Amino acid sequence: MQKKNVLLWVSAGLVYLFLYLPLVIVVVFSFNDSRLNAEWVGFTWKWYGKLFHNREMLGAAMNSLIIATVSTGTATILGTLAGMAMNQYRLRLLPLLVLSPIAMPDILMGVSLLLFFIMVNMTLGLLSIMLAHITFCIGFVALAVQARMSSMDPALVEAARDLGASPWRCFREITLPLLLPGILAGALMAFTLSIDDFVITFFTAGVGSSTLPLQIYSMVKIAVTPEVNAVSTLLMLLTLVVITGASRLYPAIFRGE
Amino acid sequence: MQGKAWYKYLLSLPPMAYLLIFFAAPTFLMFFATFRYAGEYGGLAPWYLHEGGRLTLDLTLENWQRLLETDIYLRLFLKSIGYAVTTTLLCMIMGYPLALMIARSGHKNRDLLLLLVILPFWSNFLVRIYAWMIIFSPAGALTRMLNGALELVGAGPVTLMYSPTAMLVCLVYVHLPFMVLPLYANLEKHDLDLLDAAQDLGAGKWRRFWLITWPLSLSGITAGSILVFIPVLGMFAIPDLLGGTNGIMIGNVIKQQFMESRDWPFGSVLSMVLTVTAVAVVLLGSRLGRRREGR
Repeated sequence: MQKKNVLLWVSAGLVYLFLYLPLVIVVVFSFNDSRLNAEWVGFTWKWYGKLFHNREMLGAAMNSLIIATVSTGTATILGTLAGMAMNQYRLRLLPLLVLSPIAMPDILMGVSLLLFFIMVNMTLGLLSIMLAHITFCIGFVALAVQARMSSMDPALVEAARDLGASPWRCFREITLPLLLPGILAGALMAFTLSIDDFVITFFTAGVGSSTLPLQIYSMVKIAVTPEVNAVSTLLMLLTLVVITGASRLYPAIFRGE
Repeated sequence: MQGKAWYKYLLSLPPMAYLLIFFAAPTFLMFFATFRYAGEYGGLAPWYLHEGGRLTLDLTLENWQRLLETDIYLRLFLKSIGYAVTTTLLCMIMGYPLALMIARSGHKNRDLLLLLVILPFWSNFLVRIYAWMIIFSPAGALTRMLNGALELVGAGPVTLMYSPTAMLVCLVYVHLPFMVLPLYANLEKHDLDLLDAAQDLGAGKWRRFWLITWPLSLSGITAGSILVFIPVLGMFAIPDLLGGTNGIMIGNVIKQQFMESRDWPFGSVLSMVLTVTAVAVVLLGSRLGRRREGR
């Protein structure tokens, strides 16, 4: 192969610096003993301590977790069905419905769902947020499942059927185990998207219920305080733990991509 | 099993029904709302009147007329498109060397280098914006260093926060992985023998790049550009938090119509225009991509 291109490596290195420096600053200042995120004064845990006494923040975190769990579960089932259907049949409407939400700016789904929920007289709250999250998660699960299924040998299912297995048994013992890495990858994606979503939640949350990103937004709107750094750091840690946990438990999820 | 109709419907009906209700219907209702009057206390007025036992439609075109009355909204759209184009170009300039470096590095390092691109992307969207609020804050080290340097040459102090520059930096930061990942997927598939052959025939480094790598990577660039352009076009959080009064984009006005002024019909008009723009960009991009693959 060719010799290493120094210019290429240096510019790529600078881009990595650009990607990480801001996050490092957030983490470092979360331990800084000063209200201002400007100068290093001394080490402290107090912003984390404050965080664990902030009832609103804890409530929002709880909401985020509930919403992400329910939405991921539902979107994974619906998305798996959609992915399988898209792989096996030449459908027109379903791929359009599955892919369009991914290709649209988030704000459009947010405002149209707000309009919809109000028109059907639904009170905005946890339920409306969940319904919205399921909507944008289905596509990502479907794509992951479809990709996995297209690499699957259809002869396996046919052979099992020839040998007398019922469709259900076929699904349970052949299709499902083979699709599992795709399904889990999709579910993981759905979970992180749901936990992280700000824009669509912003429009569908109503006044009473808050999620972690909404809580961060309202804090940041008022002032830059180290408490936000602390919650940000914890959120990064959580995502890191979920991702590495998943890759340890089920390495096949990441090999497929 | 494949041939049975009930099986097909068992698979496709539940997700289809869900998306028809929670995606297609809301989109249609939003389109319908562009022809309705705003409600007295926000929201929407009824779309029919009940007069003397007869139902009459109560719809209007005035929301669309309002869009065209002044050039405010046209300019706003153009400005948003300008931000989206600039962000896309900057992502390309920064993302290309990175994607190329990853694609050309050894198999062992490749996964790790790629993971390092995705990792910041997994931290929350608002956290990534917040990070730049710290960096650009007037009390922050960057602003003070910059102003210190400017003072030496006798120039006045500047504020970085609430400026288009701050907005653009953050827009690029948030969307860079969207460009790098499809570009990498494309560059990784290139046949390196082509480059070796060109080298044997005496082509220099830059010539090899412009005649081989660049044309082959155009479909990756198209895919990445769509993935960056669309979300930037509808962005409201970054202008909201970093842009100040001059940095307003179309997303901010849509948000304002729905949440603050509560003029939903006009908000719907702006949203529909955004939808059409986004669809046009996606169609154009996929056509460009297909044509390149065909020839």
